[in-house]
Amino acid sequence: MANLKVNLSMTKNEMPEQDAAVRTGNFDEVALGYSEEQARSEAARCLDCRNAPCRSGCPVAVKIPRFLEKVREGDFEAAYQIVTSTNSLPAVCGRVCPQEKQCESKCVRGIKGESVGIGRLERFVADWHMANAKKGEVKAPASNGHRIAVIGSGPAGLTCAGDLCKLGYDVTIFEAFHKSGGVLVYGIPQFRLPKEIVAAEIDTLVKQGVKIVNNAIIGKSITVDELFKEGFEAVFIGSGAGLPQFLHIPGENLLGVYSANELLTRTNLMKAYRDDYDTPIKRFGRVAVVGAGNVAMDAARVSKRLGAEHVYIVYRRGRDELPARKEEVEHAEAEGIEFQLLNNPCAILGDETGHVTGIECIRQELGEPDAKGRRSPVAIPGSNWVLDVDTVVIAIGTSPNPLIRNTTEGLSFTKKGGIEADEGGRTSREGVFAGGDAVTGSATVILAMGAGKAGAKSIDEYIKSKQS
Amino acid sequence: MYKVVTKRFLNEAKSICLFEIEAPLIARHAQAGQFVVFRLDEQGERVPVSVAGYDREKGTVTVMVQAAGKTTKMLHTVEQGDVISDIVGPLGKATEMEGLKKVCVVGGGVGCAIAYPIAKEMHERGIEVTFIAGFRSADIVILKDELKAASDKLIIATDDGSYGEKGFTTVFLKNEIEANIAEGKPQFDRVIAIGPDIMMKFLAEVTRPYGIKTIISLDPIMVDGTGMCGCCRVIVGGETKFACVDGPDFDAHEVDFDSLIKRAAFYKDEQDAAAEHICRITGGKRHG
Repeated sequence: MANLKVNLSMTKNEMPEQDAAVRTGNFDEVALGYSEEQARSEAARCLDCRNAPCRSGCPVAVKIPRFLEKVREGDFEAAYQIVTSTNSLPAVCGRVCPQEKQCESKCVRGIKGESVGIGRLERFVADWHMANAKKGEVKAPASNGHRIAVIGSGPAGLTCAGDLCKLGYDVTIFEAFHKSGGVLVYGIPQFRLPKEIVAAEIDTLVKQGVKIVNNAIIGKSITVDELFKEGFEAVFIGSGAGLPQFLHIPGENLLGVYSANELLTRTNLMKAYRDDYDTPIKRFGRVAVVGAGNVAMDAARVSKRLGAEHVYIVYRRGRDELPARKEEVEHAEAEGIEFQLLNNPCAILGDETGHVTGIECIRQELGEPDAKGRRSPVAIPGSNWVLDVDTVVIAIGTSPNPLIRNTTEGLSFTKKGGIEADEGGRTSREGVFAGGDAVTGSATVILAMGAGKAGAKSIDEYIKSKQS
Repeated sequence: MYKVVTKRFLNEAKSICLFEIEAPLIARHAQAGQFVVFRLDEQGERVPVSVAGYDREKGTVTVMVQAAGKTTKMLHTVEQGDVISDIVGPLGKATEMEGLKKVCVVGGGVGCAIAYPIAKEMHERGIEVTFIAGFRSADIVILKDELKAASDKLIIATDDGSYGEKGFTTVFLKNEIEANIAEGKPQFDRVIAIGPDIMMKFLAEVTRPYGIKTIISLDPIMVDGTGMCGCCRVIVGGETKFACVDGPDFDAHEVDFDSLIKRAAFYKDEQDAAAEHICRITGGKRHG
């Protein structure tokens, strides 16, 4: 142990950030990351509790107190090795996990004062490794000769592939897009998760031996049955929840109505915000984003950076019910995003040329709590009003893509279109496993990673059981 | 990277060009009526284009592309032996042919390139095919021999009469339908119409009074082509459909053409500006 004492500060070391006024004019990362001193000081806030409650809050069971200890000692590479022994994508998780609902929510320091900034430290060690580690050869584990196919290169697929690769499996990922990373590249914006970081994490997996086939759409270019015929012994489906949901209100096909997926894909994957890329995007004036989850915050902040003068979040519940992470809401507010809470859109209005001119809302009040304990909004009769906008972005969630459903025999699906799978990712069909949004519908990166991890474990058990 | 193994201009005006591209994953499953999405290079946009042919053994897919905007103009500068960054597919549903006996396929301009593989496949399956191909003028006519081989009767017409018959496809389609009635021949059990949105809109009105089911192939603006962005929304029978996964074929009598035409023009200003910026020194080669 280094001779640093426990840091008794009740609050986290503050995260350096780009100034709000500056950052709305660029797509560079908002949070700048800890310095080595800040990281060591923050890690020293850990009490090293014997039962490590923080670990129970982590879907991929990162050995949190052990890596914090190494950070405190200044042995950042050792800290990185501890994190990556259970988490293939630490630079991603450190940035986009809702830590306040997971590891940090269990932290004893959080009972009085703020929890240890575990997420910030995870990010720190991953970034430190990327910047400082010796660029030696990454050792590919010895192959056990079993071939596994993973569908989708998002967080579930990458985690599953990474874990199986470590166990010696010969893993091939099939990805529909030209770039790998799934929602990490098309969905989450550059200023929250730089694409170079995603690329670097994927590059590490490839060096370890994971193969990636891009431009391969399962169900179209190749079917699950064909994968088995080609010699893959098990298939993990992590194809995500790709289909955007719409509100089904009048005016949704007017010019200027986007799904959040479209807006984000144009900007994040296709880089429409850059002059040297060909994909077009409109320059907005006044934007209404319908919905208030993390994706809605991303869409709002992207719109601001694309030059919109006013960006509104339109949400039918109140502030306490906002589903987005607190940090995302705070960032959005600091950037001048305007919240129109307790407003439910009932129609999108347009002019004779078919372009959006406004969104008609009806004011809401909160009624009785529903089954989940959230207070349901109730419309106030006659309170309709029109918010003048030229662009509407629908960010109310996604549902699983039907391509695999329509082309794969022997799989059971839930009513909402998700693949039916147990906690270990086992589906109704032998040898086929699934996890992430393809099973649950839209959730978080880390839950998908947890499912990828569980799937890898089940696949390993399945292959071993076939041999014995 | 995907290699262009054949490149050939299809008409005198060099406005439409054929590209045969090595893409084994697409060649294996491609069917008439489906499409692919290509991307030229890292800065390129994703552009959908119909499958014009495929060779399952060679592992190639063929597309026929009209130079219209920046990307398609740049594609025309790609030479045989060059590579493009990406091509993915086959996407969308194949054209329905089951149970058909007598079909009239109508193509307008580059729409003939999309209609051709459908006619060919139908003809091979023994369906009686009448093909009406319309072009603005002689210099842009494509696939004369191929269309002849893929049909029982071929009418090529130009707006100005500079090649084949003079007149619009709507007139010839109506004539064929009326001739079937007058001569007591079986009526078409399907019309397949592929061309500019406005042409398809008028063709739909030709067949509507006769109650002949008419299928059109749509190519609205898309990004991913897999149902993910929802950009390609079309209103069909009052319901919103995604052309990329629910189509691209739809019942012409149910499609809301006015919304379709407006949506197709949404990025017109951006497209025009981009097309104007094609470098005159490199002729459209990005790093030439």
